[in-house]
Amino acid sequence: MRNLLIAFFLFVPSLVMAAGGAHLDHAPIDLTDTDSLKRGAKSFASYCLSCHSAEYMRYNRIGSDLGMTDVEVAQDLVSTRDAKGEKTKIGELMKVAMTEDYAKQAFGTKIPGLSVIARAKGADYLYTYLRTFYLDDSRPTGMNNIAFADVGMPHVLWELQGLQKANYKTETDADGNEKQVFVNMEMVKPGKLSKEEYDAFVADLVNFMVYMGEPVQLERKSLGIKVLIFLFILAILAYLLKKEYWKDIH
Amino acid sequence: MLQGLLNWVDDRFPLTKMWNEHLAEYYAPKNFNFWYFFGSLALLVLVIQIISGIFLTMHYKPDGATAFASVEYIMRDVPYGWLIRYIHSTGATAFFVVVYLHMFRGLMYGSYKQPRELIWLFGMFIYLVLMAEAFMGYLLPWGQMSYWGAQVIISLFGALPIIGEPLTLWIRGDYVISDATLNRFFALHVIALPIVLLGLVVAHILALHEVGSNNPEGVEIKKNKDANGIPVDGIPFHPYYTVKDILGVVVFLIFFSAVLFFMPEGGGYMLEHANFIPSDPLKTPEHIAPVWYFTPFYAILRAVPDKLFGVIAMGAAIVVLFLLPWIDQCKVKSIRYRSVIYKANLTAFVISFLVLGWLGMEPATPGKTLAAQFFSLVYFGFFVVLYVTSKNEKTKPVPERITK
Repeated sequence: MRNLLIAFFLFVPSLVMAAGGAHLDHAPIDLTDTDSLKRGAKSFASYCLSCHSAEYMRYNRIGSDLGMTDVEVAQDLVSTRDAKGEKTKIGELMKVAMTEDYAKQAFGTKIPGLSVIARAKGADYLYTYLRTFYLDDSRPTGMNNIAFADVGMPHVLWELQGLQKANYKTETDADGNEKQVFVNMEMVKPGKLSKEEYDAFVADLVNFMVYMGEPVQLERKSLGIKVLIFLFILAILAYLLKKEYWKDIH
Repeated sequence: MLQGLLNWVDDRFPLTKMWNEHLAEYYAPKNFNFWYFFGSLALLVLVIQIISGIFLTMHYKPDGATAFASVEYIMRDVPYGWLIRYIHSTGATAFFVVVYLHMFRGLMYGSYKQPRELIWLFGMFIYLVLMAEAFMGYLLPWGQMSYWGAQVIISLFGALPIIGEPLTLWIRGDYVISDATLNRFFALHVIALPIVLLGLVVAHILALHEVGSNNPEGVEIKKNKDANGIPVDGIPFHPYYTVKDILGVVVFLIFFSAVLFFMPEGGGYMLEHANFIPSDPLKTPEHIAPVWYFTPFYAILRAVPDKLFGVIAMGAAIVVLFLLPWIDQCKVKSIRYRSVIYKANLTAFVISFLVLGWLGMEPATPGKTLAAQFFSLVYFGFFVVLYVTSKNEKTKPVPERITK
């Protein structure tokens, strides 16, 4: 217990979450765009799900929400196997094959689950984060990130985006301190996708993550409209009832 | 047939008697205005919280390893679980909105004054238990803000001399917030505190019905009775105020539903963004803020440089409210007939409460700390000025009867 306490107090200052005040680009989110969500789901399953879990989400929930058949879900989204070596069933939660111990060895940290990451970080953050990896020799993975300074995650999507370097300029602030200010990105080695194609790819992916953060959100809003219409009508009736009863009170 | 059944019950249980005493023959002043909706609305929210809470308890798991996942299970796999969860989380905020407005009504119309001191005291205890209830409930989703918010608040008790550290250990049941803390907070949140709350609410209403309701004029309607002993300015609570409160309930539900269905996170103030990250004892969120309804007191705590005195100031900010019936010595109840000094004083108090509420959410900067110190003084200044000026206050004549 004492050791845990000591570890606790040693770690607290050093592990303050990296978020920073970087400028975030606006993510074009549209949850009614089912095709975008389907593309995002496929990209998520092929690029993210090998390391990150989405352990509160079920494969077939995506199918039923986005209009995919069970066969499509199994083909497009499921790639893990269960303990018996059989292909994971589509009614299962989207867990990850990698163990926590392995992740700690490989990346030095627990790998966060992504089910509700969009609700924690926001769409704009994710959209910016996935597009602003840049070359940095000082990092173990050789990459750094504008939105998440000293990021531990390697740039998984580099083959698609290509490799870019960040240009900084030195500015002197009012107090006379010199500081590095980010100017722009410069493509060093182009990837398979153009800049526009890659932005659209990330937009689909983030769109899917926003959906996954709260799969019920479209249903929530449509039910909400019905509830409000009902309440407005009820309010009129309640007002008339009150008026009728109170007409003899002066 | 039905009358026979009613007679049979009445011979054995005071059903009709209670109905008459508390509704059909409870005479309330006829001039209740907008501010008088919030008492019945508080009762409504209490019922909403209890019912939605029961259904959440059926699916929630009070276990450090599974609590966070069980909330997401409720949000995704339990049919309409998302609705029940949002009703409960929105209800928590609604409860405090309604209670704060209800308390403000009491301040404006002097509802805490003789002979209603006990109603006020019961009400203050309800408020206190409600804060404990909300604080413990917020731990249950077991996200980062649940965890670190509780860590910060419980560590405050550690500032007390001698008993501080053992006390925090006793509350947590561990050296840090842990599974043991989660389990006991769950027990207190779903059993102990609701029972206390219900008992206090019954006492609050019984005391009210014993002395009768105050009103915006601050006139005692029981002073003017007709030949049958019925207050001439009173009307039976049922049907008049029941139909009026139905209207209030529906309008309230419109606002409640608008938040619930269209902004259940309340812009990150009701469900904080960091609370969608599972609790992690090794990672402190960059900015820890309590939920909005605690922030005025949190701002007062942070305004004082010394931790112990900060805790004392925060406690005093709540305790001083209990003493209001004795701090305010003015005989006139309603703000309508009180002096300009009182009106200005109350306005300053409300502004200080709102500004402190905002400051309590913000990360501390030197400028904001200075502002928090200033508005903390305004907050306490309200009670000092009230005590000094209320005894010989220049008031307007109060009418004998309710005329408007």
